Amino acid sequence: MTHAIEIDSVSKVYRRFARRRQFATLKSALLSGSLISDLRPDETFSALRDVSLAVPQGQTIGVIGPNGSGKSTLLKLVAGITKPTSGTVSVNGRISALIELGAGFHPEISGRENVFINGIMLGLSKREVTRKFDEIVEFAQLEDFIDAPVKTYSSGMYMRLGFAVAINVDPDVLLIDEVLAVGDQGFTHKCLDKFAEFRRRGKTILLVTHSLGLVERFCDEAVWLDGGQVKATGDPKRVVDAYLIDVEEDEEQYIASGDAKARDATEAAVDETADPPDMFQATEGRWGSREIEIVDVTLEGEDGDASHVFPSGARMSIRVRVKAEQPVADFVFGIGLFNAEGVCCYGTNTDLEELKSDRMAGEGEVVFTIDTLDLVAGTYKLDVAVHKRDGYPYDYHRLLYTFRVKSRTNDIGIFRPRHRWTFPTNIRFTGPLE
Amino acid sequence: MFHNLGRLLRYRGLIQSLVARELKARYRGSVLGFFWSFINPLLLLLVYWFVFSVVLPGIRPIDVQPYALFMFCGLLPWTWFSSSVLEASNVLIMGGNLIKKVLFPAEVLPFVTVFANMIHFFLGLPIIAAALVYFAVPINWLDLLWLPVIVLVQLIFTLGLALIVAPLTVHFRDLKDILGNLMTFWFFATPIIYPMSLAPEGGKWLLDLNPFTHLAISYQEVLFYDGPFGHWKWLLALGGASIVLFLAGYFLFDRLRDSFAEEV
Repeated sequence: MTHAIEIDSVSKVYRRFARRRQFATLKSALLSGSLISDLRPDETFSALRDVSLAVPQGQTIGVIGPNGSGKSTLLKLVAGITKPTSGTVSVNGRISALIELGAGFHPEISGRENVFINGIMLGLSKREVTRKFDEIVEFAQLEDFIDAPVKTYSSGMYMRLGFAVAINVDPDVLLIDEVLAVGDQGFTHKCLDKFAEFRRRGKTILLVTHSLGLVERFCDEAVWLDGGQVKATGDPKRVVDAYLIDVEEDEEQYIASGDAKARDATEAAVDETADPPDMFQATEGRWGSREIEIVDVTLEGEDGDASHVFPSGARMSIRVRVKAEQPVADFVFGIGLFNAEGVCCYGTNTDLEELKSDRMAGEGEVVFTIDTLDLVAGTYKLDVAVHKRDGYPYDYHRLLYTFRVKSRTNDIGIFRPRHRWTFPTNIRFTGPLE
Repeated sequence: MFHNLGRLLRYRGLIQSLVARELKARYRGSVLGFFWSFINPLLLLLVYWFVFSVVLPGIRPIDVQPYALFMFCGLLPWTWFSSSVLEASNVLIMGGNLIKKVLFPAEVLPFVTVFANMIHFFLGLPIIAAALVYFAVPINWLDLLWLPVIVLVQLIFTLGLALIVAPLTVHFRDLKDILGNLMTFWFFATPIIYPMSLAPEGGKWLLDLNPFTHLAISYQEVLFYDGPFGHWKWLLALGGASIVLFLAGYFLFDRLRDSFAEEV
């Protein structure tokens, strides 16, 4: 099998200028005689480090990774827009790069003229553009506007036209950089159909995207870039899962450090006699008399490990360590659950559930267990509080704990009731219905 | 380098359509549209005529008649030259999107500016022709055959300079502003609004060092003065030097090419 794209131990070093150099001018360069040395890099940044990749002809490869991992640089190297610092890139066949759509459009002239010039820029002859012109315009759905200057186009129209030209170059190798996000649903489907057609015709596609579902559905192989290096390659499902686990770990750390920061801030500003802020204002804070103190709050998953990310529908336990220096008889434990917009998803306390407080002394752990966390994917915050029955706060922690619910389903709302679909035999689906 | 130079021929279709786009886009939306190509040089001429015939009539050379026509013979090619160089200094930065996001041969851009300005120059020529007829200037037809040669020499010279200025401005943005002033100085250091004969004896050698002096004098001799075209030796020498300049410019451009996508 021949390789359409061969990337052999490629590194790309970008030059960064120190502050002093950034303001260097021709005059100062001439005066100090540093004209030549200023044209050389001094401070450097490695966007890609020793990346090797061979893409067989006819394969569709998805490149995933966090922002700044070198995905776009890789694409630009394959497209030949920039040259590798070391290593070699070779591509067999005509390339079309969908990196920025409509990059060559001139705003003052009509769509029609731009199609011609853009087509010629991308390597078509004038005759080829003439032949494909109708197809391009039809694909872009711009029949009525093709003679208007491009500056009057909406951004969607602009992108559609750019996409239509680029896709009609009829490349052997198609490079796509996160461009499917442009059009409306209908146009996105059209693009996907077009890609599928390319695959059928044995063209090679290199797709950079954050849409992991697309990679799983669409690609023969996935490449996961991180920090300029290939972290994993192979079966899309496997690579995507590995990537998601990594993202989760990062999120864990991010949420944990964010929560710690919020708590530190309230700790510093705490004034034990201060009146509680307006309950309906969703700002973080902590207040109360501390006759009962909330020492620590941890969230736990099904495996009993502390975590901040939970799959939708799984079990989540909130462990609250509390301490009372003197015995207390009047106390209520409460929990409030808010989504990112500050909407209260659920709130309860021991008083509402008709548990009458009797006595508490010393230290102990209160556990609030949610057996099935039936929430849609998103970020949620917790209120944890101990107070008297009349509302007098001992220790109120407002929105100081964050957790994230993850889900493969992009359903909407807040609450996800347990549900299932039932269909008669004459309504059939294909797909992963459980 | 020579491999890349050969590629230029392949891009002629692209250059052609970009020049056409440039010309179309330039006056799109203005009422007079393409006529500005005629009006602009005429207005410029009017300004200089006003200065030297009304405001400062004493400075005007007496033996050069009609003075406006004389000036126009140098002014028109100068406009082509200076606009090309000034625009070329900005062209890579303006075309940054193309260079960064599309696989695009960057050298096409300075070529397009020079050619687009050349078309404007050509559009100004009929005005000169009309003036020649109007003032009944005797025309030596044999001399007129030199005109394409002069244009060719200027083209190569301008391209060479454009190829040097364009990549350097990417690295030294100040060059653009320096150039603007430099071009004004250059204009007055060229016998365009005054004839070479009026230059002080001591300063003649300095004017001779100015390449555009020879282009201006060539245009003036061929179009304005009667008598045989005597400046051809200088012109051909400049032609040779321009080819060297062009190759040097292309070499520099080629060397800096890879840095464009990152620096623009």
